[in-house]
Amino acid sequence: METLQPISGIPALVVMALKVLIVFSGVMGVVAYTTLAERKISAWIQDRHGPNRVGPWGLLQPIADGIKNFLKEETMPATANRFWFVAGPMMAITPALVTIAVIPFAAPLPTPWGVVDMIVADIPIGILYILALSSLGVFGIVLSGWASNNKYAFLGGLRASAQMVSYEVALGLSLVTVLMLAGNVTLTRIVWQQQELDLWFALPLSLGFILFLISAFAETNRLPFDMPEAESELVTGYHTEYSSMKFSMFFIAEYAHMLTASALMATLFFGGWDLPGAWDNAFWYEGMLISGFDAAGAPIAANPAWWKTLLTLGAFAAKTAFFLFVYIWVRWTLPRFRYDQVMSLGWKVMLPTGLAYVMLVAATILVLDLLEVPYGLTFGLVLTAVSGACTAGFLFFLDRDRVISGASIPYRQDRPVRLPVTEVGPEVSQVTGD
Amino acid sequence: MPIQVKVMRRPEPGRTSYLRAALKGMALTFKHMVNPNKVTQQYPEQQTELHPRWRGTHRMEVHADGRPKCVACGLCPTVCPANCIRLVGGEDDQGNRYPIVYEIDEFRCIFCGMCQEVCPVEAIHVGRHFENAEYTRDRFVYDLDRLMEQDHPTTLLWDPSDPRSE
Repeated sequence: METLQPISGIPALVVMALKVLIVFSGVMGVVAYTTLAERKISAWIQDRHGPNRVGPWGLLQPIADGIKNFLKEETMPATANRFWFVAGPMMAITPALVTIAVIPFAAPLPTPWGVVDMIVADIPIGILYILALSSLGVFGIVLSGWASNNKYAFLGGLRASAQMVSYEVALGLSLVTVLMLAGNVTLTRIVWQQQELDLWFALPLSLGFILFLISAFAETNRLPFDMPEAESELVTGYHTEYSSMKFSMFFIAEYAHMLTASALMATLFFGGWDLPGAWDNAFWYEGMLISGFDAAGAPIAANPAWWKTLLTLGAFAAKTAFFLFVYIWVRWTLPRFRYDQVMSLGWKVMLPTGLAYVMLVAATILVLDLLEVPYGLTFGLVLTAVSGACTAGFLFFLDRDRVISGASIPYRQDRPVRLPVTEVGPEVSQVTGD
Repeated sequence: MPIQVKVMRRPEPGRTSYLRAALKGMALTFKHMVNPNKVTQQYPEQQTELHPRWRGTHRMEVHADGRPKCVACGLCPTVCPANCIRLVGGEDDQGNRYPIVYEIDEFRCIFCGMCQEVCPVEAIHVGRHFENAEYTRDRFVYDLDRLMEQDHPTTLLWDPSDPRSE
């Protein structure tokens, strides 16, 4: 079984360079077409057609947009801090583009030179790397807001930082539950643990997923959490003063963050590239590619194939695309939160819920371990029940107007309506009578 | 107190659902997204049906031998409220009057249609046509030749199907 060795030597270097190239251009391509999808879906939601003039069905629109942005005039406010004004967009775009590197996107691919892992960098710190770098993106936003020397841009930058700090906590807490269940921070390992559990973590950690989803929306500054941009309040927030490619870089950064967050949600909670069943499972276990363990605990060798890689790549793409769609769908449905609502949701709801949930999941796992329940379907189903109860409680609590006052009740005839009593005298009806 | 005051009833505590409302909204937008009936008119391919009394770009009627029907009587520049018609009349050997210069400034024109109404020989017309974009401003002064070249349908001054219009 010499072919089931990981690829090494010169071919490994070539493959690594190829992977970097393909993943980078893939990310840029997906980002470009997400902007088109955003415009198309928003149009459909508003009963319009969306861009359909450039190429068939408007498919060349992102290219036209890119050319337009390159050709537009670069503006630089006279009072801006030149250095940070230029550095801001770079600081925003770099972290957004590098985080995708640690996310596995397909099952390992067998080649004549060895097995190639479908991940750019399988680094042991995995999720910590994503957390560290994706939070760096806010520095670009804050600094460009400040360097613009514009009060709206500055307010946008400040809001971005406050929001990022608030929701990073809840995001971290929801990740803790995943890490406790997976026992590792490497994303390949997390995918493998979901394969071994026979359940994607969205079920045993349903409340964690909900917290992660909400925090991810806040972290990517998407509606209903787009306080840093807030067109109706702050012009366009932190990128008010930017034009041409510098503006484009913020735009690309936002969509790249969306892509990373979607890929992360798919990986952490929906099994990554995993498809139901054990046929596609693969993991490096003590230098051997295994697909699972038999009843005696001995590892079973995996059987990678190019079509498995392709199928799992499709599964990963579909899951990620679904979350990208949810991002867009939510944006064109929900209105923006008020700033105090964002803060109260972050600190008064997400943080306590996250803390309590971490305690509960930890306790459940501890009890299950003490009862010596093997890591498998039963283990997962018990956690699913516990989490389901938590989710139901959380949603019930959120649903009763204790936190965010919002949508009004529909008008009902049978309920007495308390109208303010006013006296309509005859002189009023004379004035308006004719 | 003016009539028709809209009284905003505040949500009653405990009877409000943000979550349910959000999900309802999501369902609504999804329904609209998959609805194939869009309201957009695909303009260049899908033209608007212009009303019979739509008053747009002018055109000059011509005789069968290609001469303009205009007899240079000078009524249209007189009646024109925007003063956008320039007419210099001339007379041939038989004593027939004809326009030497006939120009309409489409920028100054307010498309009231009074030139068509006043014309005794039904020569100048406003038309059911509006696509007259140009690259330069001076192209908007239509001279006689250009007015004669126009071939769009002319405006009806009243709607024949409407008995009240006459």
